[in-house]
Amino acid sequence: MKQLSTRAKWAWAFITIVVIVYALLPVLSIFATSFKLPSQLNLGTFWPKTWTWTNYEEILSPNGSAQTLFLSSLRNSVGICLIATAIAVVLATLAAYAIARLDFPGKRIVLLTALGVSVFPVVSIVTPLFNLWRQIGLYDTWLGLIIPYLSLTLPISIWTLAAFFRQIPWELEQAAQVDGATTWQAFRKAIVPLAAPGVFTTALIAFFIAWNDFVYGISLTSTDAARPVPAALAFFTGASQFEEPTGSISAAAIIVTIPVVILVLLFQRQIVSGLTQGAVKG
Amino acid sequence: MAAITMKDIVKQYGDGFLAVKGVSLDIADGEFVILVGPSGCGKSTLLRMIVGLEDITAGEMTIGGKRVNEKAPRDRKLAMVFQNYALYPHLTVFENIAFPLRLQKGKFTEAQIKEKVEFAARTLELQDHLDRKPANLSGGQRQRVAMGRAIVRDAEAFLFDEPLSNLDAKLRGQMRTEIARMQRKMGTTTVYVTHDQTEAMTLGDRVAVLRKGELQQVASPRGLYEQPRNLFVAGFIGSPPMNFLPGEVVDGRSLRLPFADIPLTPELSAKLRGKSLVIVGLRPEHFEDAALLEPAKRSQGVEFAAPIDVTEWLGSELYAYIPFDTNPDVAGKLEELDRDLDGEGLRTQLIVALDSESKIRDGDQAPLWFDPARAMIFDPESGENLTWNADAARRIDEENEADRKASLERAHAREAASA
Repeated sequence: MKQLSTRAKWAWAFITIVVIVYALLPVLSIFATSFKLPSQLNLGTFWPKTWTWTNYEEILSPNGSAQTLFLSSLRNSVGICLIATAIAVVLATLAAYAIARLDFPGKRIVLLTALGVSVFPVVSIVTPLFNLWRQIGLYDTWLGLIIPYLSLTLPISIWTLAAFFRQIPWELEQAAQVDGATTWQAFRKAIVPLAAPGVFTTALIAFFIAWNDFVYGISLTSTDAARPVPAALAFFTGASQFEEPTGSISAAAIIVTIPVVILVLLFQRQIVSGLTQGAVKG
Repeated sequence: MAAITMKDIVKQYGDGFLAVKGVSLDIADGEFVILVGPSGCGKSTLLRMIVGLEDITAGEMTIGGKRVNEKAPRDRKLAMVFQNYALYPHLTVFENIAFPLRLQKGKFTEAQIKEKVEFAARTLELQDHLDRKPANLSGGQRQRVAMGRAIVRDAEAFLFDEPLSNLDAKLRGQMRTEIARMQRKMGTTTVYVTHDQTEAMTLGDRVAVLRKGELQQVASPRGLYEQPRNLFVAGFIGSPPMNFLPGEVVDGRSLRLPFADIPLTPELSAKLRGKSLVIVGLRPEHFEDAALLEPAKRSQGVEFAAPIDVTEWLGSELYAYIPFDTNPDVAGKLEELDRDLDGEGLRTQLIVALDSESKIRDGDQAPLWFDPARAMIFDPESGENLTWNADAARRIDEENEADRKASLERAHAREAASA
């Protein structure tokens, strides 16, 4: 890469700052709001006048007004998203392996169908799904959300993994076999270490997609039995009917953001793959 | 170390494509054999059948006297260097080389593995890079790691699949010598696939030339150069390639080439009876600038005036290019041959390699000379070399075999002396 001139460096720094501010200012605003007293929400200041844990107590402590609502929805979100992700990754891995390595009739159709499924707007599907789910008893259940989440996460998982698998130097498998490995050893010692980052990245992407869904979450649930966090936030009430729930909603939003941030920080190295470099001619 | 024998080996793919059509080849213990041919000739497929990465459709393959057709690659105890090196990117250089040793569970202690890997690394001058990952190595270093992985264990044979094709020209030359030296030193049976005739000529004890899945000729490099069996081998071996000219048989006594007539020996004219047109092969290096020759020698050959189109001065030699028109009957045959040899179907021209002292320049009408005895004559239909001499061919290969044994013995003696 060629050296940037000083002017170009400054320009890049400026653009980077603009992007960061644009992306993070809302998060910071929610963070600040989550520490404001309900009575001080309308003061118009960015930072709280008095910092308080009240909002977090509302959603987490046993006598908080939104505690049952929040904790049950958190449990639903984590459970539903993990299950959907696991199923999506397993299915996508098998599908992508076949697409990347085997030649079978209808390969293009499979890929295009996967793409086609993902372009339907969620709102156009959700109404018929609502009726269908109520009739067959999937309404307001975990399974009732896991299935639509699969339809959201599978196409992108298949595409990402297929692209990733195509880049793996499969010759390594043969090299390992010549070096004295069994078929299984060759796969485990030469291919899995290279495929793992891709599978992992795909799992994270799938999880985030499911985690962020709002439309299915609010349309296909009605009680604490299956309602995920993004939908539950809309049902928050203030401590009394004269208080706005904005503070509690912000506190909940911060809490559900934390696992995402932690996951990305922990695994950013795997996400930015590049491990396959150097296996073959550079 | 082991001998490898192939008997009527056939490879047919699922779609019916015949990649290898009944190849029989015996490779002696400790021999260095090259499989060479243009792309799509089946050489890599053949190598992959030896190592077990491709199933053998028909025929029998033995390694060290045992049939291996049904054996998995891991049970054949061969070491292979892949074209793209196939290094494990997540492992360090040390672990890459140690990989085959670690797979033989319990056979080596950690200390033995360390010793073996370090020995291989020293042999290949990799000792400073053992902790690095393949991504941080240069092309030549990766190539050496791949070789390290091959020599670290006691393989029955080494197999190379175009190992130098990804290196630049200078490095390729160095690695070529390195491979030759290593093979002589270790005395391991080696099969080496390449499409580069220079590698084939310089490395091999014997060279097997393949075309469209069929073996054309197996001989020593000198045997191939001096006594090619057919048009294809003659055109493939030698750089710049052999010139092919149409030759009209004139009343059974001489051949009319585009620039000159050459006399026929009685023996040859007997062979050419009934033919009116043949293809004559003349190597570029067998031409001389007539102006530089001594009169005595000059009178013994054929001299002709050639319209020089372009010249290239290389310091050691001077190449001159002389375009000519071909008889349409021969043109088709030559074009087909050119396609087989991965050519681009460019115009027919005579290439001559002259002494660099030559004063011939672009656009000259220059006197050139050649010895008609060195001309090869090919049947235009079958491509067979009509001037092929079985006795001479056998003599060359016998000499070559004697040379190989002598140099192997010298290498062993040196080894014994140093040990």
